[in-house]
Amino acid sequence: MSLTRRQAFNNGLLAVAPIVTGVIPFGMICGVTAIKAGLSPTEAMGMSFFIFAGASQLAAIQLLAQGALPVVIVFTALVINLRFAMYSASLAPHFQHLPKRWRWPLAYLLTDQAYVMSINRYLGDQADAQTHKHWFYLGVASTLWLVWQPATAAGILLGAAIPASWSLDFAIPLTFMALLVPGLRDSPTLLAALVGGALAVAAADLPFNLGLMLAAVGGVAAGLIAESLQQRKQGQRT
Amino acid sequence: MTRAPVSGWGFWLLILLIGLGTFALRLSFIHLWGRIQFPQIVHRALRFIPAAVLAALVLPALLRPEGSIDFSVHNLRLIAGVLAAVIALLTRNVLFTIAAGMATLWITQMIH
Repeated sequence: MSLTRRQAFNNGLLAVAPIVTGVIPFGMICGVTAIKAGLSPTEAMGMSFFIFAGASQLAAIQLLAQGALPVVIVFTALVINLRFAMYSASLAPHFQHLPKRWRWPLAYLLTDQAYVMSINRYLGDQADAQTHKHWFYLGVASTLWLVWQPATAAGILLGAAIPASWSLDFAIPLTFMALLVPGLRDSPTLLAALVGGALAVAAADLPFNLGLMLAAVGGVAAGLIAESLQQRKQGQRT
Repeated sequence: MTRAPVSGWGFWLLILLIGLGTFALRLSFIHLWGRIQFPQIVHRALRFIPAAVLAALVLPALLRPEGSIDFSVHNLRLIAGVLAAVIALLTRNVLFTIAAGMATLWITQMIH
């Protein structure tokens, strides 16, 4: 069964709807934090528009407030966003048939949530996994962008009115957890997650969030080794 | 907090640089794929990226909420996170997972 473009796009909208609940607090936190650090509302919105990557925005705001050197701020933000290059590599085979006018906007809209939801869809067995892949992605990613901007604005406006006791920031790791669990399909991916998580906890003190990159590379390596061992075992059996 | 010395045009230049750099990272392989041949190991490694990166984002937030590793019952975020993980496994539902985690955190904060 083959889907139309519109159906694939709508499937993306349906899939992303629950994720929005975790993205709104994240955007609001970016707005609140920017204002508290002394940025103007326009500057705070500009960050969400030009960078569109929450974790690096928060890090940049923090460093700005501390009076860090601009070169350090840029470097830190980009190291935090290195994971996007991995996502880019992972999605690339699925977008390789597309012209530039598609690839560039799709790349601008690439986020943790858009990546994971789309790749889980492509690797799963849904009807639209093989046709109009980029329309599903567009449904997810454009929704996230359209939610992110007003969420930042809401944070700017409501700034002082949100009590810290609400712990809204906890919605961020919870969102990632909700995305993580469905992807753990076999023991190599489970091992990749365990090693990645353990390394991130151990290396959390490294500067520039380098621990995240180290953990990602270590986790992927662990998954590859586990997969090789598994295949060797199966080879011996046959 | 006081405003950093970076202001006006300097601020916008900084944001533009981070934005362009981030876009370059996002575009990198999507642009190059099909133009360059990548070794087999790259193809095999791709499927482990989500699990490794997401776990690396989640676990420190649960185990080191205040900066240092905290395995005690006083680490409410760890309790809430474990419960949310169980709900995620059972329901595979994003909304239930986030709701369970937030609700657990609020309730434990009240009685703590």
